[in-house]
Amino acid sequence: MTFSFTSSMIMAVLPEILLLLLGIIVLIVDLLLKEEKRRNLGWLTAGGLLTILIVSLLVARPSEAELVWGGMVRYDGMGFFFKMLFIFAAAMTSLFMMDHKALGHRGEAYLLLLASTLGMSLMASASDIIMLYLAIETTSIPLYILAGFMTGDDRSTEAGFKYLLFGALTSTVMLYGLSLLYGFSGGVTNIYEIGELVASGALAPLLVAGVAMLILVGIGFKVSIFPFHFWAPDVYDGSPTPISGFLSTASKAAGFAILLRLFLVAFPQISLSWSLLLAVMATLAMTLGNLVAMAQTNIKRLLAYSSIAHAGYAMIGLVAVSELGTTSTIFYLMAYILTNLAAFGIVAAVSHVTGSDEIKDYSGLSRRSPGLALAMLVAFLSLAGMPPFGGFVAKVFVFAAAMEANLVWLVVVGVLNSIVGVFYYLTVLKYVYLYRMEDEDEEKHPIPLSLSYAIALTVLSIGILLVGTLFAPWFGFSGAAAIALF
Amino acid sequence: MNFVASHLLTTILLFPIFSAVVLLFLPKNETKLLRWTALVASLIPFGLSIWLWVSFQSGTPGFQFQEQYTWYAAIGSSFHLGVDGLSLTMVLLTTLLTPLAILASFSITDRVKPYMMLFLFLETGMLGVFLALDLLIFFLFWEIGLVPMYFLINQWGGENRNYASLKFLLYTMAGSLGLLLSIQLLGVLFQSYDLPLLYERWSSVQGSLLGLPVATVKTVAFWAFAIAFAIKVPIWPFHTWLPDAHTEAPTAGSMLLAGVLLKLGAYGFLRLVIPLYPVEAHRYAGILAFLAVMSIIFGAFASYGQDDFKRLVAYSSINHMGFVMLGVAVAARAAGTLDAHIAVDGAVLQMFNHGISAAAMFFLVGVIYERAHTRDLNAFGGLFPIVPVYGGILIFVSMASLGLPTLNGFVSEFLVVRGSWPIFPFLTALGMLGLLFTGAYILKGIKKILHGPMNEDWVGHLTDISTREILVVTPLMILFLVIGLWPAWILDVINKAVMVLF
Amino acid sequence: MAFPILSVIVFTPIIAGMIILMMPGERKTEIRMVALAAAAFDLILSVWLYFAYDITAAGYQFQEMHSWLPSFGIGYHLGVDGISTPLILLTGVVMFTGVIVSQSISDRPREFFAFLFILATGVFGVFASLDLFLLFFFYEIAVFPMYLLISIWGWVKTREYAAMKLTLYLFIGSVIALIGALAMYWASGAHSFDLLVLEKAHFSTAFQNTWFMPVFMGFAILGAIFPFHNWSPDGHVAAPTAVSMFHAGVLMKLGAFAALRVGIMLMPQGAIYWKWVILGLAAVNIVYGAFIAMVQTDLKYVIGFSSVSHMGLVMIGFATLTRSGLIGSTVQMFSHGIMTALFFASVGMIYNQTHTREISRLGGFVKVMPFTAIAFIIGALVSMGMPGFSGFVAEFPIFMGLWQTAPIIAILSVISIIVTAAYMLLVIRRVFFGEMPEEFAGRMNDVSVMDKVALGLISILMVGIGLFPSLMVPMVSSGVDHILALLG
Repeated sequence: MTFSFTSSMIMAVLPEILLLLLGIIVLIVDLLLKEEKRRNLGWLTAGGLLTILIVSLLVARPSEAELVWGGMVRYDGMGFFFKMLFIFAAAMTSLFMMDHKALGHRGEAYLLLLASTLGMSLMASASDIIMLYLAIETTSIPLYILAGFMTGDDRSTEAGFKYLLFGALTSTVMLYGLSLLYGFSGGVTNIYEIGELVASGALAPLLVAGVAMLILVGIGFKVSIFPFHFWAPDVYDGSPTPISGFLSTASKAAGFAILLRLFLVAFPQISLSWSLLLAVMATLAMTLGNLVAMAQTNIKRLLAYSSIAHAGYAMIGLVAVSELGTTSTIFYLMAYILTNLAAFGIVAAVSHVTGSDEIKDYSGLSRRSPGLALAMLVAFLSLAGMPPFGGFVAKVFVFAAAMEANLVWLVVVGVLNSIVGVFYYLTVLKYVYLYRMEDEDEEKHPIPLSLSYAIALTVLSIGILLVGTLFAPWFGFSGAAAIALF
Repeated sequence: MNFVASHLLTTILLFPIFSAVVLLFLPKNETKLLRWTALVASLIPFGLSIWLWVSFQSGTPGFQFQEQYTWYAAIGSSFHLGVDGLSLTMVLLTTLLTPLAILASFSITDRVKPYMMLFLFLETGMLGVFLALDLLIFFLFWEIGLVPMYFLINQWGGENRNYASLKFLLYTMAGSLGLLLSIQLLGVLFQSYDLPLLYERWSSVQGSLLGLPVATVKTVAFWAFAIAFAIKVPIWPFHTWLPDAHTEAPTAGSMLLAGVLLKLGAYGFLRLVIPLYPVEAHRYAGILAFLAVMSIIFGAFASYGQDDFKRLVAYSSINHMGFVMLGVAVAARAAGTLDAHIAVDGAVLQMFNHGISAAAMFFLVGVIYERAHTRDLNAFGGLFPIVPVYGGILIFVSMASLGLPTLNGFVSEFLVVRGSWPIFPFLTALGMLGLLFTGAYILKGIKKILHGPMNEDWVGHLTDISTREILVVTPLMILFLVIGLWPAWILDVINKAVMVLF
Repeated sequence: MAFPILSVIVFTPIIAGMIILMMPGERKTEIRMVALAAAAFDLILSVWLYFAYDITAAGYQFQEMHSWLPSFGIGYHLGVDGISTPLILLTGVVMFTGVIVSQSISDRPREFFAFLFILATGVFGVFASLDLFLLFFFYEIAVFPMYLLISIWGWVKTREYAAMKLTLYLFIGSVIALIGALAMYWASGAHSFDLLVLEKAHFSTAFQNTWFMPVFMGFAILGAIFPFHNWSPDGHVAAPTAVSMFHAGVLMKLGAFAALRVGIMLMPQGAIYWKWVILGLAAVNIVYGAFIAMVQTDLKYVIGFSSVSHMGLVMIGFATLTRSGLIGSTVQMFSHGIMTALFFASVGMIYNQTHTREISRLGGFVKVMPFTAIAFIIGALVSMGMPGFSGFVAEFPIFMGLWQTAPIIAILSVISIIVTAAYMLLVIRRVFFGEMPEEFAGRMNDVSVMDKVALGLISILMVGIGLFPSLMVPMVSSGVDHILALLG
């Protein structure tokens, strides 16, 4: 392998480079600004991220998939698509962070967010197991800190610590698996080459299966699928709400990105055995997530459990092991990122004023802030899988993929679960629209929305609606990403 | 006029509804205007049916003045009207009694507008049954006629009106369920409801239907038809709704109920049951005759046992309709013979006669009730001196009802008995026993009201019959006499139709 | 390109809803006027559509086709045939009258009309869809506003329970049907959700026998088929007037319609295979519904269960798979739709003033609201299948169809007619006649002119179709011919 420098090498990591640049800018501006003005870093971050998004879309769109940087990174549609998603999610998150008491005026929070996004971007395009591991750690470490950012708050500290502990543990297991893989493959670290080795029978399927299990532990943690989900409720609950949103969307999607690449590229040969395993995991994640979510009184915990369930739905597409399946998983993740970000954003906006995350404190919300209530309606109905919102089409696609693969039982499980989902999402909406505050004086307790929240929530709501109605282009992007994987 | 001439039946049929709609737009407090409009509106169909009677060619067999329009093409039903001698008589009866009933209702002061409208609706409903030559249209009018009657009883009736009206409606509807099902069956078989067509085809159906022998199906369908009509007639033991309905109905409602509505059942037998099921009718004619005689006897006995004047008259209807049914049974058993023709002539004439005499009787009951606010026979007594004109009319009408020679009732009952004697000798003899009691209960009624010791309470409280009321009853009394003395004008028309049908 | 009348009909409500949402919440009068104008506009368009439909040409007309997701075979394909055109008219009528009787809503009318109109768009959309995906899309849109409408503006005592029960039942039904739809998509091999393509897919008999039931029953839940009818009366009772009207008048038809269009038309062999089961269940609906209605003491429950009974007639007509049965069912959908809308509107008018629906506490209202009483009576006559009213035009062919397939069921089901007559007359007598209880005497007012317009419109339709079946039947018949062709 001779080293030659091509423009596609730059293009492949252009978003990452720009992210780094933006991080530096944020750091510098942070030093220049006075404490009370630092909130505006959010505008800077969001604006910067959107610029990166646009620039990347304009100049860095991959055509043919190719391995660059010595096979470390694959410059392909799938990685690019996920990167755009992460950058978008980070932009929204930074808008949500601006009014957060602990995060809004702290430059390092935005920096950590950018660092984590950088890691995720690399996760999406990493095609080498070493790169992969590094990317995962780059993603995780800033998030550990962000989760525990509210140092004065015990629950936040606990969340950060818990996240760190479980993250370290599972990534150790994964590292163990990766190192075993390295050993078995005789030093081959590129995922695509490993895939060829497996295909040619040079690697014993049984060994690969064992290794895959170990790796799955690490990824399972990231996507918070059963049985590696138990950290999620506590961490989401304790973390600053915008960070919870980011964790439950971008971070989860990043996990799915490597899951797709690793399992579909490196281990397709053993897909039958692991797809059944993943199907079982998906089933349990959906069922457990939804059932437990029903019993929650705290909205963040409810969303945490629901996000476990959504990981299960997304996995249905993966289990189908088909082009449509992959497409549908990617589409699902996209719809889910939009929806769940909106949901957490609303929670952040409400708790900013009320200081509470209890569901019962949402009583009378539709009278206190009709706009916020409407956004909540959109987000929660999308989560529940109702048209014309993104969640509906996304669910239809994953179910369609499963039906194509004749996984009727899995579809039935998914469908039954979505009914449970409808139940508790509607229960929350009942508080919002039906119940009233104790003194029925909602007019005296309005919930004002700052501009950043308003912008972010509007963008997300429209996005949910767009994905749910004019879904052809989005489906096209997802499909292109899925094809680019192979 | 040309239009009316070419659409005579439709005009007669729909004119009342049209006038009801006109009535709807009149101010509701102008009771006088409403009454007169209704009266005039109901006289026009009467005039038209006289025209119809006159231009009817009694010598021509089959249906005349036929009109046919598409109605419900998808299931093969059309709006097909036509008359023969049988229905013509009934149309005349209906259009005659309705104006009289409306005239009799001039004493109604409560909600005159809906009341008059319901009467006009009722008239259309009744006429439709007589005019229909399509089974579905027949059923349509059959059922729809119930609704105005239900509300007339339910809204303007006596104390127990709720019970009585519901019983009336549910009995008739429940009875019609079998009819409805059978009609549907016919419709499925032939994709048509046209009566002349069904007459031909239904009787010639062979083989099996619905997995059953066709004879079995026909027998069941025959009984479904028969029971529906038997309830309406009503014949014993399906009669229990009648006394309740009559007792509670307002006077004019009773007039039409007894005068026309009961005829619908008998008409159903003659128009549908016997032509459609000649074989079954022949087979079960004995049962029909038996029930008819039981109606005659029990009707008379029950009538005799009543202390309520209106109930007495109501039961007398059962008694009289028994003769109609006896005639029907004869026709069913011996179709094609002279006896049958005589019996059916009698039955149809009896329908007409009972129509007018029962209407008159109920009207007279109403007249006294409006004044005394009681119908308890024991509360009256010796009223002749107080209300001499009324007394005279009552006696005259009673005699017609009783079947006194020279009055109408005699002619028809005689014909029925004459026809049935050779066919059902034993049952006819039994029926004569009933006839005896007919005399008994009518005389009892007259005696309790007009004769005997005078009940002093009524002196000064009762006024004699008014001119308007005399006007109601006079046409009927004239008819009693005319038919009694010269029945040929009507019998001729009936007989021509009967000769063709049976 | 021709005027996209179907799209305009379908999207008028939701656009009006969005406009209403953007209006300031305290301008209640303006909100109501906008709502009324939109409803009137849609009614006019649906009437126009009804008369513009070319019966002699039959088939799917006013088609609009745009690609939506071509790679997955999803298209935006609208079109109506002889079955759906009357139902669109029905929706137009119910929407218009529903908006009229909702003028008295004072709690957040903005949201109320917005949600109601989203619902209306869903309903119109289902009737006009010629794409299976699109149909589901609209179907779900029609379901979820129900939850909010009932739970927010419903009857305080049961609204939460009823709304949730209703939503879950309907959602379960629709997702089960969705599984079937996806199975059809893959089994057809055509990679298309287009109903016209799927109609010609000729699924294997084994496939149809397996998948017919999930699809049919999934939709039929919304048609309140026994034993899944339970949500329906509870929902009716809890819902505010206009929503009850929509619910019973249109939404239940949605289930029946979709069961026909997706279940029977796409899998005719399956329908033939399973028809006895449906006949049996629907017969239970008819008879059981009628008897249960008889013993209810709450006025809305009476009507709720009578709807269950009448929807049984629709289902049973479908299951006969005969010409007359299908014609009857379709007319019954229309007839029952307007009839029950009228019932709920009348009940609403009474309830608004009395705040009770206990039959035993009502009475004598004919004196204060004669117009309502007459309209209710006409509705009752329709309900009991009285000839001369639309109910007869519908029920008679259904029974004819039954005679052709299952005479014994015809004989059993006919009992319901008499039971219906009994309870309807009892209700009329107790509510409208008799003595008015003292607590209401002197406090009651007649209904408004607009309310009379609503009641009058529906009454005229019921009598008009009853007297002139040819106003509707030839159109329906043209649609049924197509189904019969599919059935072979």
